[in-house]
Amino acid sequence: MGRFIILVVALAAVWLALSGYFDKPLLLGFGAASVLFAAFLAHRAKVLDSEGVPLGVFPGILGYMAWLTFEIGKANLIVARQALAVEPKLSPRLFLVPNPPRSTLGKVIFANSITLTPGTVSIDLREGEVLVHGLTDELCDEAGIKAMGARVAKIERGQA
Amino acid sequence: MIDWLLVRDIASWALILIGSAGVGAGALGLVRFPDFYTRLHAAGVTDTAGAELIIFGMMLQAPSWVIVAKLGFIAVFLGLTSPVATHAIAHAAWMVGFRPMLGADLHYGEDGE
Repeated sequence: MGRFIILVVALAAVWLALSGYFDKPLLLGFGAASVLFAAFLAHRAKVLDSEGVPLGVFPGILGYMAWLTFEIGKANLIVARQALAVEPKLSPRLFLVPNPPRSTLGKVIFANSITLTPGTVSIDLREGEVLVHGLTDELCDEAGIKAMGARVAKIERGQA
Repeated sequence: MIDWLLVRDIASWALILIGSAGVGAGALGLVRFPDFYTRLHAAGVTDTAGAELIIFGMMLQAPSWVIVAKLGFIAVFLGLTSPVATHAIAHAAWMVGFRPMLGADLHYGEDGE
């Protein structure tokens, strides 16, 4: 029931943000009806679980996204410099990093974070490990990626 | 007295220009890098720095908060979906046995690992 209420609140917030109607009762009524209907369908489809309504990753995920944005900015500069260099100095490498998060959601967040950071792409997810392709030695920062994994695992356990 | 509209214009132009430079750098890298996997990294610059900075620049130009919210949704969903697409392409290439060039001399590995 808790997840249902949270989903209704979140959907209502999205509806208001996207429509921008605050003073038209008829439209607000239609909005409320569609929000409740969508939440009911989600309940009926049995997707109101830790993946469909991932409450567990809040609020830690917000700080993580800010940190990740900063990391992405740094990596972008390195890759853009190589793309614009007269002689690109690439030394691509494949390496395995541990994938510490336990839930599927945590694993996806970690692998997506690796891919989102330019210069590293997650190629294959294995039992407890991710195969990563890195563009240069500077970007193949295994310790940094491990630290990122530890961060995601911490968020998943609700400690961040 | 600071003219905030002018500050807003300068900031949004700076973001849009830097974003465009990111898109340009990504496109150049896409053409110049040697193999499939390295080219994915160049495309990553277009996905992140390019697209997101241009959207942030557009947010500063938006006439109302509703537009800002919509651009914010676009930015978030772009950030959530573009790595999924990149991973899908990379994983598909890996599964059919396509192996990357490795090392500073860009040789093809024996079995790729």
